[in-house]
Amino acid sequence: MNHTENTDISHKILLSAYRRMKTIRTFENRLHEDFKAGIVPGFTHLYAGQEAVAVGICSHLTDQDQIASTHRGHGHCIAKGVDVMAMMKEIHGRQGGICKGKGGSMHIADLSKGMLGANGILGAGAPLACGAALADRLEGKGHVAVVFGGDGGVNEGAVLESMNLASVWKLPLMFVVENNGYAQSTPQHRTTSVSSYEDRARGFGMPAVTVDGLDFMAVYRTAGELIAKMRAGGGPVLLECRTVRFYGHFEGDSQAYRPAGEVKDAWKDRDCLHIFARNSGLDRAELDAVDRDVEQLIEASVQEALKAPHPALNELNDGVYVSY
Amino acid sequence: MTRHISLKSAINEALDQEMARDPKLLIFGQDTAGGVDAGGETDTWGGVLGVTKGLYTKYGDQVIDAPPTEMAYVGAAIGAALSGFPVVAEVPFIDFMGVCFDQLLNQAAKMRYMFGGTAEIPLVVRTMVGAGINGAAQHSQMLTAMFTHVPGLKVVCPSTPHDAKGLMIEAIRDRGPVIFCEPKYLYETTGPVPAHPYAVPFGQAHRAREGRDVSIVTYGPMVPRALEAAAGLAEKGIDAEVIDLRTLSPLDIASVLKSVQKTGRLVAADEAHPRCNIATDIVAQVTGQCFTSLETAPQMVSAPHTPVPFSPVLEKAYIPDEEQIMAAVMKTMP
Repeated sequence: MNHTENTDISHKILLSAYRRMKTIRTFENRLHEDFKAGIVPGFTHLYAGQEAVAVGICSHLTDQDQIASTHRGHGHCIAKGVDVMAMMKEIHGRQGGICKGKGGSMHIADLSKGMLGANGILGAGAPLACGAALADRLEGKGHVAVVFGGDGGVNEGAVLESMNLASVWKLPLMFVVENNGYAQSTPQHRTTSVSSYEDRARGFGMPAVTVDGLDFMAVYRTAGELIAKMRAGGGPVLLECRTVRFYGHFEGDSQAYRPAGEVKDAWKDRDCLHIFARNSGLDRAELDAVDRDVEQLIEASVQEALKAPHPALNELNDGVYVSY
Repeated sequence: MTRHISLKSAINEALDQEMARDPKLLIFGQDTAGGVDAGGETDTWGGVLGVTKGLYTKYGDQVIDAPPTEMAYVGAAIGAALSGFPVVAEVPFIDFMGVCFDQLLNQAAKMRYMFGGTAEIPLVVRTMVGAGINGAAQHSQMLTAMFTHVPGLKVVCPSTPHDAKGLMIEAIRDRGPVIFCEPKYLYETTGPVPAHPYAVPFGQAHRAREGRDVSIVTYGPMVPRALEAAAGLAEKGIDAEVIDLRTLSPLDIASVLKSVQKTGRLVAADEAHPRCNIATDIVAQVTGQCFTSLETAPQMVSAPHTPVPFSPVLEKAYIPDEEQIMAAVMKTMP
């Protein structure tokens, strides 16, 4: 596949984007290993392979722009600027976790960063993002909202209802379809009535674009144009990003349903980080320096998380209500 | 100044006064304005039974008609509330909660806890409860217990115009999600309501009738039935106390216990189906917490374990009435 080369994106943006993409990859690779080793409680869904999507889009967003995420949310969180140390503690269920250890992998949120939460319920972020976008439209300051969903999850009624609502209310809301080809184990053509989500969007009177989700430069440019239009008063849009999932649906998924060699080939030929390194024009030395920083950060985050105390038992009943 | 107005008008007045106070307060739901842009008159409906009528004319775009997609607009209400715009969303009948339940059960109710105690969701979901207007099985249920079960939600069900106004104002000012259950059978009943804005605090039951022989504990549409039963019992020389719970979550169990400690007898009534309802909860809590105050076995009055029938004759038989409450009281007597 031909990927776009960089000609126009600033060095600063590229370097910052690479740092976030690499942080996501290293974070997820580490969780994969630690989960296998049995030191991560619960279950977790890794974002590795899809980094160019979250970072390409969130690079255009400020803390005042809000996103709603999915069960596969670590990448969106890191791309949106959520603290990695506090995320790792959260995934280990420890004190100092971004949600005090009460949310876990599937419920990481940081409202101060405009991150409305990963979500354990497929499609459930879309209505919430409609509300965030309604607030944006009413405030009139040019803020926007983005909701992420997978190729399976966007078939949920919540998403379809939200596409209609966003259209009739003219909300500045971008629906991002991260099409990695699988709804858990079920291939896309068995879950979805159309092969292109642009056709879906058309049914809701919504403009839509499809982009190579492995190509940071393409995602960045396309998302930038769409978000700029929304900031200027435009209504909702849909962006389909064709991407790839490197790990299973959840950790522990053998992925036996995938064709032989698909995963291996993806790591070799369809790695958005390799494609970025080839096409960004950044020096290998610069990238290596980022890699070293990121490795240290993730190692430190795990060590800190494992050292952190478990939540105090008197936390159990706290934080249900503002007042009761 | 206090006037006699209907329960429905009392809710409308609460919404009106709170919208005047807070220009960021939004109301949305199906037909909450009613007929905007259809080409004829606007503000014709004000919700399916007219509770929000007139507000669009006064507050314009603070009142938004939503498409009939409860999941999307209730979720949007949560998202807007999280983003600094308090919302009163209307789900016409509580029976329709099935189509937006995830947004309340898994999103609004849990966000604050899941996010480590950070989220504030100033949201009221208005919805109509109860039988008595021949609405049949999908427009008549009393599903208050289902929401009371869920941590993170507050559940309100007034029985008088006075409380309807005050509890609605309290609900709007609350910083978390409140399910506001409106007994539609009582919409046209009138009572004294002060003209000024006032809040009735949550978690404070109201003693609707003072008595010394038996405590009848109930809420919403069963309160007037309990009062009628108490009047009938008085003719037999039995002096019943009637406790109107007003809010089911939080629950003022202290007032219930105090009453039972005085009377020694308990009848708990709920228009809901008989299993796992508010009456069973009251009996369980009283039995556990002041068993020795009870002189006789507590009794429960509920609807049967059936869907709500359409036939007006069958519906009348379905709804627990004052006769059933009186019979339950007699069972507690020696």
